[in-house]
Amino acid sequence: MKFASEFRDPALAKALLARIGGVADQIGATREKPVHIMEICGGHTHSIFRYGLDKLIHPGVEFIHGPGCPVCVLPMSRVDECVEIAMRPGVIFTTFGDAMRVPGHKMSLMQAKAAGADIRMVYSPLDALELARRNPDREVVFFGLGFETTTPSTALSIQAAAREGLTNFTVFCNHITVPEPIKALLDDPDMMLDGFIGPGHVSMVIGTHPYDFIARDYGKPIVVAGFEPTDLLQSVLMVLTQIAEGRAAVENQYARVVPQNGNPVSLAAIADVYERRPSFEWRGLGEIDASGLRIRPKYRAFDAEEKFGIGYAVGRKVVEEPEGCACGAVMTGRIKPTACPQFGKGCTPDMPLGALMVSSEGACAAYWQYGGSRGLAAE
Amino acid sequence: MCLGIPGRIVAITDEARQMALAEISGVRREVNVACIAEGPLSDLVGEWALIHVGFAMSRIDPDEAERTLQALRDLGEAQEALEAMAEGQKALEAAR
Repeated sequence: MKFASEFRDPALAKALLARIGGVADQIGATREKPVHIMEICGGHTHSIFRYGLDKLIHPGVEFIHGPGCPVCVLPMSRVDECVEIAMRPGVIFTTFGDAMRVPGHKMSLMQAKAAGADIRMVYSPLDALELARRNPDREVVFFGLGFETTTPSTALSIQAAAREGLTNFTVFCNHITVPEPIKALLDDPDMMLDGFIGPGHVSMVIGTHPYDFIARDYGKPIVVAGFEPTDLLQSVLMVLTQIAEGRAAVENQYARVVPQNGNPVSLAAIADVYERRPSFEWRGLGEIDASGLRIRPKYRAFDAEEKFGIGYAVGRKVVEEPEGCACGAVMTGRIKPTACPQFGKGCTPDMPLGALMVSSEGACAAYWQYGGSRGLAAE
Repeated sequence: MCLGIPGRIVAITDEARQMALAEISGVRREVNVACIAEGPLSDLVGEWALIHVGFAMSRIDPDEAERTLQALRDLGEAQEALEAMAEGQKALEAAR
């Protein structure tokens, strides 16, 4: 590890690592009996691998990579539904680039585009809105994907479309929420988590109160973190300190960006446009109660599920995950990516079988990119 | 897609739609500023914000902007965001 050049503040990183080691020793954490800390956000997973924090940290601290990469938890059936919409005549299907290569049952959006569907990668739902304005004779569908960081963007876009009276703009809503899968993981009797690193940019929108149940009802510490390496180390230290002191609380390491009550304009837009679905399917985790959002009836004209009679609007078919894909076991921390029989063989970033290999925020892709292939050879 | 990228608001382009021009790593693009608007929109000119998929979500100070940008560059996320912006522009221009 090129310590000095990799870290913006190497002295601080070293000091934090030393303090983490001290507290880990104090609570008796060892390689054989480690403390399990889940980083929920895919951006944090990426940062941990990029800076090799999992290697630099005391061996008694083990990171478990959580379900916080929206592309990675997208079930195949939803990709199939995207393809189905995109193949309809007259449709311009718009999506974030991240979703293009996620395998569907028959094909990915990339393959559907090659097969002739008009699928366009956009940076923002604002681009999709503009396409709808410029192409009044076409149906422009935006693939609404992501956690609470991107949910305000589609909510505000739907409000704008309603104000402007656009009749050719819809959102295929796949927005999901962070707290509910955490609850599902905590309710799993096999799960052995000792604390959480909470997402930074999601919390900028929702604030820190939605995590209160984690400390209050489950007695687990959670620290909302920035995604610089020293932010992450500081947050790990805060989690360990809570454990050492026998406390469980919601703490905010990223207060310079995350207000305790979130962003009021975003929250109001989300509440106006969206309501909770009874349940939503997560790849590898199954259906989770109240974990997904749908468009409220007053905005149904902008709901692609309603307009195209697809998905939860008509009762959906569950599609089996591909043979041999262990994304579910990786995502719940039961196995490491390298323990999946397909890792690096039937599943690589160029030819992903499972979604965790697609996005740079997926645990498998991160393992692969940052020495995973070397690590595999070493193991 | 999940991580915001710092951008500096350089002009207000459409008061009614709450749109502004932001400079993001040397690239200019229109962003929505509804989530960070507190007073008159013109107050935002010169301010730094974290921008998520075309929406300014949080005001940040210049030091935080620089640190965040550096971290995003290290992760390759800054380049990804800029490429996505270019793709978005291409999508608008593609005629079919």
